[in-house]
Amino acid sequence: MQRRNEMKISFDARSVNEAFARVAVSAFLIDMNPTLDEISDIKTAVSEAVTNAIIHGYDSPQEKVEVTCLVEGNRVEITVEDTGRGIADVKRAREAFYTTRPELERSGMGFAFMEAFMDEVRVTSAVGEGTRVWMCKKVGVQEG
Amino acid sequence: MENYCECGGGQLVVHIPRELDHHQAGMLKQQADLYIETHGVKQLIFDFSKTEFMDSSGIGMIIGRCRKMGYGGGRVSARNLNARIRKIFVISGLHKLIEMEESESCREETR
Repeated sequence: MQRRNEMKISFDARSVNEAFARVAVSAFLIDMNPTLDEISDIKTAVSEAVTNAIIHGYDSPQEKVEVTCLVEGNRVEITVEDTGRGIADVKRAREAFYTTRPELERSGMGFAFMEAFMDEVRVTSAVGEGTRVWMCKKVGVQEG
Repeated sequence: MENYCECGGGQLVVHIPRELDHHQAGMLKQQADLYIETHGVKQLIFDFSKTEFMDSSGIGMIIGRCRKMGYGGGRVSARNLNARIRKIFVISGLHKLIEMEESESCREETR
């Protein structure tokens, strides 16, 4: 039987909400019987995308970050969206160690981590309009 | 504000909290730098005994402190990493940059 379940949350672009976002997503996925490793992978990826939106997307903490989570069978799709600054060169932004905020000690590993921990990551962005990160992962499938 | 640093005899131990993300990294950076700048720290140890979560913000914070210690010729190491944190270290290449203490390092997953 194909399960389908979806949720959406919207919150202020404040760093304190990074923990809220990843915990909310992991709580929503409990029903999929994920392994601890899978949940850790997803929490890290969500944290990276939400932190990017907060640090790079906006100047004001009153702006909103939106996280959508869609479960279909054993597959989860997570979208993290902001309506902020946007990324001029997405290809460059996805390169490991590339960062526009070295003064904040950003490691430039955000997208690399999302790619390492999720099955697929897609980024669409328009300058002045915002950024949308879409990620998916199969969960509860024992490998090997 | 909770103090995560323990300093004495030229050694600074930074007790990493349960979750190390961008929100926590800024606070830890401030605390650690204050000690590094004022206490003549020769050895910096990041202790991950309590840590269950870390993202790339944590990597940035650790690399930043390594650089800071490098200026004064100090040593940096990490200890008590669980399997998850170890994985994050390896993926980011951090394991090549700082010493990972093996004693007690393979602590059991507590959850």
